[in-house]
Amino acid sequence: MARHSSAYQRGSAFPPSGRRSPSPQPEPARDATDSPTHPEAGSGAYPGVTDPLSYPGAGDPATFPDAASPRAYPTAADPAAYPAAAGSPHPGAARSPAYPGISEPSMDHPNAAGGPAYPSVAAPNQPGRFGAADAVGPAGVAPGAPAVIRAAGISKRFVSGRNRATSLKERFVRRGGPAGDDFWALRDIDATIGRGQTVGLAGANGSGKSTLLKVLAGILRPTSGDVEVHGRIASLLELGAGFNGELSGRDNVYLNASLLGLSKREIDRLFDSIVDFAELRHKIDDDVKHYSSGQYVRLGFAVAVHVDPDVLLVDEVLAVGDEAFQRKCLAKIAEFRAQGRTILFVTHSLDLIESMCDRVLVLESGSLIFDGQPAVGTKLLRQKLGSLPAEGPVDWQYATVRPQSVSFSPEPGGLSMVQYDPGQRLTVSVELDVTEGAPENIYLHTYIVGQSEVPIWMMETPAGGFVLGPGRHTVDFSVPHLPELLGAFAIKVHVSDAATGAPVTTRRFDELFGVTGPQADGLLKVDYEARLRA
Amino acid sequence: MSRLTDAALPPGNPVTSGTAPQHTPAHSADASRLARRSRAQTKVRWELLRNLVRKDLKVKYKGSSLGFAWSLANPLLILVVYTFVFQIVLKSQVPRFGIYLMSGLLIWNAFSGSVSAACGSVVANANLVKKVRFPLAVLPLSAVGFAAVHFLLQLLVLFVVILILGYSLLGPELLLLVPAGAVALTFTIALSLLVSSLNVRYRDTSHLLDVALLAWFWVNPMVYAFGLIQDRLHEWTWVYLLNPMAVVVVSFQRAIYDPPPGNRAGPTTVLADMGYRFYLEHLAIAGFISLVLLWVGLHVFRTMQADFAEDL
Repeated sequence: MARHSSAYQRGSAFPPSGRRSPSPQPEPARDATDSPTHPEAGSGAYPGVTDPLSYPGAGDPATFPDAASPRAYPTAADPAAYPAAAGSPHPGAARSPAYPGISEPSMDHPNAAGGPAYPSVAAPNQPGRFGAADAVGPAGVAPGAPAVIRAAGISKRFVSGRNRATSLKERFVRRGGPAGDDFWALRDIDATIGRGQTVGLAGANGSGKSTLLKVLAGILRPTSGDVEVHGRIASLLELGAGFNGELSGRDNVYLNASLLGLSKREIDRLFDSIVDFAELRHKIDDDVKHYSSGQYVRLGFAVAVHVDPDVLLVDEVLAVGDEAFQRKCLAKIAEFRAQGRTILFVTHSLDLIESMCDRVLVLESGSLIFDGQPAVGTKLLRQKLGSLPAEGPVDWQYATVRPQSVSFSPEPGGLSMVQYDPGQRLTVSVELDVTEGAPENIYLHTYIVGQSEVPIWMMETPAGGFVLGPGRHTVDFSVPHLPELLGAFAIKVHVSDAATGAPVTTRRFDELFGVTGPQADGLLKVDYEARLRA
Repeated sequence: MSRLTDAALPPGNPVTSGTAPQHTPAHSADASRLARRSRAQTKVRWELLRNLVRKDLKVKYKGSSLGFAWSLANPLLILVVYTFVFQIVLKSQVPRFGIYLMSGLLIWNAFSGSVSAACGSVVANANLVKKVRFPLAVLPLSAVGFAAVHFLLQLLVLFVVILILGYSLLGPELLLLVPAGAVALTFTIALSLLVSSLNVRYRDTSHLLDVALLAWFWVNPMVYAFGLIQDRLHEWTWVYLLNPMAVVVVSFQRAIYDPPPGNRAGPTTVLADMGYRFYLEHLAIAGFISLVLLWVGLHVFRTMQADFAEDL
């Protein structure tokens, strides 16, 4: 009996038969060109200038000749939008496993050391991944910080109840029913949780956070992929889950801790501390069924946090209990962080993630779409959840279709230039990075915007949009004769789903092109006569 | 300080040890300690099993003033009633019918009680299975342990009754209890693991089991003498003895029951055999069958347990 649990036991070692299949799509050379500091293709016209002066005042008669000159177009990027890569000036360095010095270790948050505290980020060859995942090396844990949970390529399929035999009769009478609508709760997720990390699992309802938590905890078996768990796991999934109402608090403490893997000697040592933490000394010998729900939860929490767990799983536990108890929970969790324990945290509270976690995994429909710093992850989530209305549907960096760059040339594919005469031919080329999950038909609105963001004119794709598969695509908008409107103009690209009209993202590029004429002042070139009245 | 150095710092570095010195040793431990602690949550431990059995006993006898006495009174009551019915009303020719019956019935009750309690054990603890990482096999095993504790106490009561009534009990044949008990335990654990895991996905397993146990009761020579079977089946008696529980029952009877002179009650023999070889041979076969079933039970349980949390 004793040995039966080793090889097959949940959570320890799953048979390797379910190895993940290789990622279907090889990674395009996205990470290099993704980097904001990397010169864009065709940006030779803007030789590495870092002049922050760009668009404002471009339409101003006094400044526009300058603005239109080829030297004032920095390929500006918002460093905040690229927190993971921002510290690394060279795209190559961002992928180096050696994490050159960027952040100082924080004294009050020993785990908050930024990137290197979670070098365990998922394999970078996954479509739809971005953010910090691009900035870290291959999945793994830095030497000296052993992984407590290692998950590779895990997917979880829930078989629809209708298609699964639920009785022996069905099992033998109806064999191999029709393939049903199985539900993939998790798809190909890689995550390595290092010792001492506080990791938030976030995502919309039904995105698979709780399933992932259970898989990582070794409670659910993934349909494919491997999970290794090292160390003792205590869960705050449901406080007091193992309690028996007929037994006294004391008996339940012993029983529950015993289930979590403690010996009697260990429990004896912890018992007083548990009772004091739960503030239940006066009732500890009463039957648990006579406890109030608050007392019940308190005792459950006290046991879970006292069993000296290597990994603590927290699933929306803070939704229960009164405020004082919640504060106590949070304080205990903070104490755990300070002690360098590993905490896995499922919550909808983005504020909590920002304040408690030093890494966040964001899930969407079962896929890991972000793995990295909480500040970035929560920003992404807020955009996804629509609570950041000012920034449009989805920030372009996180969208499924990302307008990567624009360039200007007279002929499509021709030499790029930024200065044009009225009446000349202009081609605006928009480069799109289309990832998995993008709409099938992509519709573009390209606005030419002038001073004060006034749209001057708009160019659209033909009705129905373009069908673009994953990868890089360039859409050329050609204007045979530029209007006689002088000034410097920028480009704003709206991407939407041609089928539904749903917006995907918007990006305002800082690159400018200028239209100049013999008369360098004014907006319009107008035919006129100058005559002195007799 | 470079990031690399920072990442490589062991968790028990000065930054953390200042806040929680008492936990530093716990976290500077190596991977083998982590593995050991992980195993403690996935391996069946005696201590946990003992705690669960103790819990079941405590819950069962809580609030009843006589407590344990009830479950001891139960076999005594059966003894009295069956003796009355079979010996006085039906005039069974087996002498001391009550003792004969109890010597086989106790182990059967332990077996059927274990298996039917184990069958529902995982389902009954659904909230635990879905939320907590622990060795799931303790659930059916604790059901077996619970029944085993009862069985041993009831056996003790039976011995006391036999001695009080002045029948012969002590003798070398009592040693047969050891191999017979081992076979019974193996077979019970095997079947318990099998049905407890099957019942999670196929909930009608428990109904099927109830019916099966009811029928199974009668293919063990408990309320009738084994000789009746031998008289009917002749050279095919071995088929009857393929049932490990029948072998266990006849072995228990040989060990505990003191047969009438000549081992005969009217035209039939009472005990299967008056020697030992017969029992040891058949216990070996039954033990082999039990081990095969144990392998099957373990395999099924291990395969299915990973999906328990999903199926519940």
